[in-house]
Amino acid sequence: MPKTLYDKIWNDHLVHQQDDGTSLLFVDRHLIHEVTSPQAFEGLRNSNRKVRQPKLTLAVVDHNIPTTDRSKGIDDKDSKIQVETLEKNCREFGVKLFGMDDKRQGIVHIVGPEQGFTQPGTVIVCGDSHTATHGAFGSLAFGIGTSEVEHVLATQTLVQKKAKNFRINVNGKLSLGVTSKDVILQIIGKIGTAGGTGCVLEYAGSVISNLSVEQRMTICNMSIEGGARAGLIQPDEKIFSYLKGRPMSPKNDKWERALEYWNSLKSDSDAKFDKEINLNGEDIAPMVTWGTSPEDVVSINGKVPNPDNEKNEDKKNSINRSLKYMGLKPDVKIQDIKIDKVFIGSCTNGRIEDLREAAQILKNKKKAEHVHGMVVPGSGLVKEQAEQEGLDKIFIKSGFEWREPGCSMCLAMNADKLKPQERCASTSNRNFEGRQGRGGRTHLVSPGMAAAAAIAGNLDDVRKYQN
Amino acid sequence: MKKFISLKSIPAYLPIVNIDTDMIIPKQFLKTIKRTGLGKNLFHEMRYDNDGKVINDFVLNTKPFDRSKILIAGNNFGCGSSREHAPWALLDFGITCIISSSYADIFYNNCFKNGILPIILNEEKIKDLSEYAKRKEEIEVNLQEEKIIYGNNEINFKIDPFKKKCLIEGLDDIALSLEKSSHINDFEKKLKSSKPWIFND
Repeated sequence: MPKTLYDKIWNDHLVHQQDDGTSLLFVDRHLIHEVTSPQAFEGLRNSNRKVRQPKLTLAVVDHNIPTTDRSKGIDDKDSKIQVETLEKNCREFGVKLFGMDDKRQGIVHIVGPEQGFTQPGTVIVCGDSHTATHGAFGSLAFGIGTSEVEHVLATQTLVQKKAKNFRINVNGKLSLGVTSKDVILQIIGKIGTAGGTGCVLEYAGSVISNLSVEQRMTICNMSIEGGARAGLIQPDEKIFSYLKGRPMSPKNDKWERALEYWNSLKSDSDAKFDKEINLNGEDIAPMVTWGTSPEDVVSINGKVPNPDNEKNEDKKNSINRSLKYMGLKPDVKIQDIKIDKVFIGSCTNGRIEDLREAAQILKNKKKAEHVHGMVVPGSGLVKEQAEQEGLDKIFIKSGFEWREPGCSMCLAMNADKLKPQERCASTSNRNFEGRQGRGGRTHLVSPGMAAAAAIAGNLDDVRKYQN
Repeated sequence: MKKFISLKSIPAYLPIVNIDTDMIIPKQFLKTIKRTGLGKNLFHEMRYDNDGKVINDFVLNTKPFDRSKILIAGNNFGCGSSREHAPWALLDFGITCIISSSYADIFYNNCFKNGILPIILNEEKIKDLSEYAKRKEEIEVNLQEEKIIYGNNEINFKIDPFKKKCLIEGLDDIALSLEKSSHINDFEKKLKSSKPWIFND
């Protein structure tokens, strides 16, 4: 029977299957961070269990740590305890950790690929819903809860039931100024935040295969915002050359064997998908979210929706609720929305190409006087690379703050957060109520669009600013 | 894990769609290294104002809903972050059963690991049940028989048989999986020869 890429990876990792379909799936790569792991390690300790495969596990601190000067450690008492708990747990259970002072430290989904820990055809899990990022490498990667983290630590497997196959084809070409962030926002707008529930997404088509490795990560990263636990892309030469020579990539004859296997990873041409949709690259404009759900998308040339045009009562209520929270009036032009802050970073858009994209727009320009701008590189290595290219100088000259790597204002667990009613153009992944700080208002955009908004002082079309 | 067999309570009704896990438990409460104690901060931003004062008209702040064990909510409940702090907060508040027309996958799974029963019903039946919240009348959830009893009526719901068994018996799924250790050993042995690059030795 013809199989999809997801089917193949699933079959290859099946340790055991009950008659009712409940399966034990082998986990090749387990990523860990400080927020969702302490209770899992505590559980192991209470039941006298060990980490079954410490070498297949990699830990990093990211969610909770300061992005300002770290020489004095962490001010916040609870954050400090959480980071120290991870350090202690990693020592006790023999897990490799990139701590706060390690230059390889960064956001877990940026570090994995950077180190070559992420590899095609593997099953990758992490106690974080944006784990789907790694699907860009043709791996089956998804977020899990803390009880599941404990399960993986103890057994190196995960209890799962097979999901449905959902293919999203994006063909044609993207116009200038349109990025993979706009593609995924458009997809989420189309399928809705629950559109991918119960499914594994496969992104395909010429637009997808023409994307760089890092741009693909942005797409897979936001699969969860479309309701899917995992989203993946068939791996190709770009992926293989990205991985070659990375610290944890296979070496020598193992590399050759791996490559042979990786080349076999594709959906059969006659494979059946339970769901399939098609998008045209040419139809996608730079996108912005106007509301409090990632499905609330509109093109930069559009307007804030009017609830009076919505017939479904639940949807009308939900639009009204979002408008109230966002402090927006119906039918206002998106480009007339003034902003207070710009955040460039996160596991969605904190990689070197994202920083280059924003820097290119900001070069020789100043941010608007009233805007506060912040760039948070995704990892220490991204930061180092950006500094070698002089991007830090461009950001600083245009009036941005240049920070230390971490999750930062994407979820505002550390000191980086919006004040009530502050409005932010953000390259992150969620515009939920209170996500970036209580009462804060988030508009999700691409790095180029975030840069354009910083210059204009309002949401604006990046295509006006192409240097 | 505590067993879930049956439950009687006046349900609380929260008619909002896409309730995300950031709403259920905001990030500032994820700094804990414990599973317990999160109940007081459940739906924090809806329950307390900017100064930390109780918002009196929020459903879970009003009697008798401050003691509800059943929460009825809009579709796509629990979307967003994978934080298990969301079910921990619900559980700590005392909610052990949720009724919605749909759930996000990760949250749905997380519920079962904590003895919480997430029931899926269609919108129409949810509207029926929500009347009982408005009238402050008890409903009864019986997992063994997969039904909800309200007034003189009954609604059947469906649940994965294995998940049901785990809830009713309060099973620890790590122990269950460790019973299959020989399968895991065999798998790892095969993996070492078929994909030697997976193990970083």
